[in-house]
Amino acid sequence: MAKMSLEDLRKMREATQQQIKKRETDGKTAQIIVGMGTCGIAAGAKATLDAFVKELDEKGMGGEVVIRQTGCMGLCNNEPTVEVVVPGMPSIIYGGVNAAVAKGIVEKHLMKKELLNDRIIDRPAVDLLKK
Amino acid sequence: MHYTLCDMFSDLTQNAIEAGSSIITVEMIMTDTTISVSIRDNGKGMTGEQLARATDPFYTDGIKHPGRKVGLGIPFLIQTAETTGGSWNIRSDKGNGADIPSGTAVDCSFDLTNIDTPPVGDVAGYFRHILSFDGRYELIISGTFPGTSFTVKRSEVLDALGLAEQGSFTDAGSLKLLGMYLESLLEAYYG
Repeated sequence: MAKMSLEDLRKMREATQQQIKKRETDGKTAQIIVGMGTCGIAAGAKATLDAFVKELDEKGMGGEVVIRQTGCMGLCNNEPTVEVVVPGMPSIIYGGVNAAVAKGIVEKHLMKKELLNDRIIDRPAVDLLKK
Repeated sequence: MHYTLCDMFSDLTQNAIEAGSSIITVEMIMTDTTISVSIRDNGKGMTGEQLARATDPFYTDGIKHPGRKVGLGIPFLIQTAETTGGSWNIRSDKGNGADIPSGTAVDCSFDLTNIDTPPVGDVAGYFRHILSFDGRYELIISGTFPGTSFTVKRSEVLDALGLAEQGSFTDAGSLKLLGMYLESLLEAYYG
């Protein structure tokens, strides 16, 4: 790939925007929030983020899902952690989200509206709970 | 310590963004044997005492993560530099609200020939990570690598992707394009 210019980038964006517009149905957007604090980075959150981007792009869902990054969620022992917000469903925090789990979240949670029960985190780290 | 140098740079740059900065500059200079990174921000800065304490892994301001007792970002930098023959320096100023501006400057340099230096890691991924935080901030990245050099301004890339109004990279599609763009700039480095 040759060095792209900002103009090349603009053209590619416009080409994909047209595809996105065709698919805009209800305007409801799902969100994926990846924890990228010191703990998340150390546990491989960048690979997790890359996996989400790749997976959503391959499934043609790049324009429908927002991916955001946040700092530490206080669940360092379960990193990489990812919060998934889908309209009409409760917000879910998943732990231990590697590339394979990220694929599962896209295929099950986002596409079929099914939760990945064995990865759900429902309480903060032990050191943050009041004794 | 972090697995790659770029993971550590991500961590340090995130501190700069979270300090409430409106402008952050990141300069990366890589040769065949060394890598140097300078991160400068105009955020809230630290007092001399806060800066000294930030180098202690058992210190954190308790604001970002209430209840937590460790802060490992800067200690990781120090540990990595000290164990691999690298160097580090942090200067910070709270400013006085008038002629002395607040901000922090982190400079570090690593010897890529030292067997204990972690791998450089994913440079394009590092740049994408620090460009795509929520919120409005200008980030200017300048990179000098063997065979190539470039400057990336966050505002210009947002504009090219039609996101100038939102002020941050949002959908997975734009992150994908941003990644492709950054990888193309680094083509000479990745080979």
